[in-house]
Amino acid sequence: MAAATLADASNPWLSWTYIQDYWPELVAAGKEHIYLTVASVVLAIIVAIPLAMLIRRLPVLNGPILGLSGVLYTIPSLALISLLWPVFGLSPWTVIVALAVYGLLVVLRNIVVGLQEVPGDVLDAADGMGLTNRQILTRVSLPLALPTILAGIRIATVSTVGMVTIGALVGYGGFGTLILSGFQNNFWHAQILTATLGCVLLASFFELVLLVLEKVLAPWTRRRPA
Amino acid sequence: MDPAEAGMSLWQWFTDPANWTGENGIPVRTWEQIQISLLAMAIALAISLPVALVLGHLRKGMFLATNIGNVGRAVPTLGVLTILASIPSIGIGNTAAVLALALFAIPPVLTNTYTGVAGVDDEVRDAARGMGMSGLGILSRVEMPLAVPLIAAGIRTATVQVVATASLAALVGSGGLGRYVVDGFALQDNTLILAGAILTAALAVLAELLLSTGQRWVTPRGLRHAGRAEVEIQEIPTAKGVV
Repeated sequence: MAAATLADASNPWLSWTYIQDYWPELVAAGKEHIYLTVASVVLAIIVAIPLAMLIRRLPVLNGPILGLSGVLYTIPSLALISLLWPVFGLSPWTVIVALAVYGLLVVLRNIVVGLQEVPGDVLDAADGMGLTNRQILTRVSLPLALPTILAGIRIATVSTVGMVTIGALVGYGGFGTLILSGFQNNFWHAQILTATLGCVLLASFFELVLLVLEKVLAPWTRRRPA
Repeated sequence: MDPAEAGMSLWQWFTDPANWTGENGIPVRTWEQIQISLLAMAIALAISLPVALVLGHLRKGMFLATNIGNVGRAVPTLGVLTILASIPSIGIGNTAAVLALALFAIPPVLTNTYTGVAGVDDEVRDAARGMGMSGLGILSRVEMPLAVPLIAAGIRTATVQVVATASLAALVGSGGLGRYVVDGFALQDNTLILAGAILTAALAVLAELLLSTGQRWVTPRGLRHAGRAEVEIQEIPTAKGVV
């Protein structure tokens, strides 16, 4: 026990020396974290758009598609990354594809709900003005659904920042790799806490940037407290 | 790995009697995961329900209730797990896992319970007060029953999330089904990794199915139809957030 106390004394949670000494490692982990997050969310959006258009055209598919992605959503990230591991192996794609699955549900749901929430009167008015189906979508429905869609992207992004850490399991976890290696390296407090805080900082950064983007792209919306 | 080969070795793994008995057997590991999850939920409910019910009744602490979920989303579960397990007085094992999971189960329950209770119509509350009901009476006999759909949704979201996240606890040396995945990666044993992934996924999906049935079951009949749409929307922001 004496040894443990001794180790504890020289194992601070916050250490400026750690940040200085390991700055290059922290920057590299941060870059990887951003790359994995952005790639997953972009992939989720790329898949969500055609699916949302399909649901808009064939509303019957609403239940099955959202139901299936709901089931996928329930699968723990640890399991999904493991299931994809034999397919993609030790590559960032294992993490990117797994996390895109989770982002997909949030983004898709918000696109579908956003489009559904467009008032019928507005659609009738657009129709009466002689707009084609495509024009109604691009000039009326999408702009009105934009705040909801952007909120979905923001929620998906912030959640993804946290989940990227699990990628440490296959060696691509950004700050998560530092957290796990710090843990395995005799409970190296400074590394664990610094990397965790890095993750929180990154999530807050994305939240802020996307909130500003929502304000800029949809300035007519007044944010409700919720 | 060739799919046919993987399927064959998985079949052999699942039909091997050795994997169904003892410390590292499927029944013991499954039960460990359920135990960790139930304990975490018990702690989370004991903390969040009373706080949210009282704050919701008083309609105070709106800021806390609506923002705690956002904070929870930003903090990585892996970080909290390893931080707790690195504190000497907690140490590696199931305690760190239970505490970390409890922390992450609080936001969905707190937010949904608060929203449910504080969202009860003013007219309904006034009518109850006019009938001479006390504050406690209004909370327990008017606000709580009306908030049941949202409270149940919050508990369901939190529980499914906890059962799913409990598999991560193996990374900090606790038991549960995640053990197979973590050991599989350590031993470079693809069959073990896949078997663990299938078991953890199955347990999480099972929890979701059971609890969504349970949620419908506890919802008062009069609220079943009206409550549903609202409940579905409430789930989106809180679900998963942190796994």
